[in-house]
Amino acid sequence: MTIKTWLDTAIQDAERRGLAPLRPMLETLARATSALRTADWNADASGAAELSDLDATDIVDAPAADAR
Amino acid sequence: MPAEPRTIAALARAIRAGDLSAEAATSECLARIADRNPSINAYITVLGEQALLDAKRADADLANGVDRGPLHGVPISLKDLIDVRGVPTTAASRVRDGHAARRDAVVAARLRRAGAVFLGKTNLHEFAFGTTNEDSAFGPARHPLDPNRSPGGSSGGSAASVLDGMAYASIGTDTGGSIRIPAAACGLVGLKPTVGELPLDGIVPLSTTMDHVGPIARSVEDAALLFDVMRDVPPASLPPRELRGARFGVPRGYFMAMLDPQVASAFDAVCARLAAAGAAVEDVEIRHAADIAPIYLHIVLAEAAAYHAKMLESRADDYTPNVRIRLEMGRYILAEDYARALRGRGVLAAEVDAALRGRDALLLPSLAIPAPKIGLATVKLGGVDEPVRNAMLRLTQPFNITGHPALTIPCGATLEGLPLGAQLVGASNRTHDLLRVGAAAEPYFGPGTSR
Repeated sequence: MTIKTWLDTAIQDAERRGLAPLRPMLETLARATSALRTADWNADASGAAELSDLDATDIVDAPAADAR
Repeated sequence: MPAEPRTIAALARAIRAGDLSAEAATSECLARIADRNPSINAYITVLGEQALLDAKRADADLANGVDRGPLHGVPISLKDLIDVRGVPTTAASRVRDGHAARRDAVVAARLRRAGAVFLGKTNLHEFAFGTTNEDSAFGPARHPLDPNRSPGGSSGGSAASVLDGMAYASIGTDTGGSIRIPAAACGLVGLKPTVGELPLDGIVPLSTTMDHVGPIARSVEDAALLFDVMRDVPPASLPPRELRGARFGVPRGYFMAMLDPQVASAFDAVCARLAAAGAAVEDVEIRHAADIAPIYLHIVLAEAAAYHAKMLESRADDYTPNVRIRLEMGRYILAEDYARALRGRGVLAAEVDAALRGRDALLLPSLAIPAPKIGLATVKLGGVDEPVRNAMLRLTQPFNITGHPALTIPCGATLEGLPLGAQLVGASNRTHDLLRVGAAAEPYFGPGTSR
């Protein structure tokens, strides 16, 4: 889903639910989502978008979230 | 404010020397709470009678030769997100009306076993989802040095209780900075350990990927003692280490771009004092720092929304409006973007690991601004109007994302007397080493409200 489609859908849903104050926050979130999607460390199925100076060993396994 | 705020270590010595009993120390705190809590609102629940009973028992045990260690008889507070058996865990929310904890949280049980006296449950930003403690079903907690200001959050009540002499230390939680932010705002020491290092059983979650529990205390030594108890190892004094030869990395760029001028000045002074004491203070780069806020947002919102979904459907009006609307925002995050954020988490963790290579710690300010006025929405930083929440999270949230241990230590105050803090960040799973270098560096950070 493109960010534009997502934002339009989210705003429609928020307004349907009577949450109009969400609109500017969703617009802010959309900008953050755009930044996330265009970050140069994102993987790409074509393999063409891999960073030349970042290989698999540079991405640390996410540490354990808790010690339950 | 007590004339001589005492550390846990000093209280432990006084109790064993017979200068002060646990009952007297507890009574002093309770009297302070009775006097000051109506205006500071640090506590939601005060366990007065039980605390005195526990303190008397602690004194009797000591008289009979039973010594549980340095926390024996020490009165502390706990953030009202942490279960204490038989007591409500409100999370500062009407959503939790009627709740009573059936058992202690694991860390609470360890503290109790070590002899700590629980004074009560402290106020917080509702469900820990904020940085100012303004949005609470029980009203805002207020800064003891200026009641028109926030003590920081979300563990605002915890920090306020310690600063104002209503507790000797407190236990808070930290998902984006909620121990370090109020500790810095109140001139105290706050520790966020390595992610997963301390158990979170019995603690209301905000974001299971980034939640931590840890101490707010008057000294690094006290924080270390509480950390040891909570990780269930016999508490021991930190082995001293030399500051001369220690290596600190200062991340520039993003981390220094938006600072209140007095924060920047105080931080520069810390760097200069450490260098003069023989430490190496050198610039380091942390790449991809611009992605910190988007990564944090997509993880915390999605995970918080998952936890709150059922209550948002059935009891939305029981949330404070600001917290409710932000939780609702989280329900719109797509799974693919949450997955991207988790990948970004690994990328950032690798960057911080690289910056730490060959160094004892990273060194940076803890909080970009001094304690803000209650109700303030934006603050001008670097010529830009920045939302207060974003400004307050900016320097702490990176290490919730990456999971590295982080320690805030007081480093003086603004001209208006508002405390400031600087942060040390250590290698993952080396929290004890971080505390050792923190203890060595602490005298050079500058005055704190307890020093």
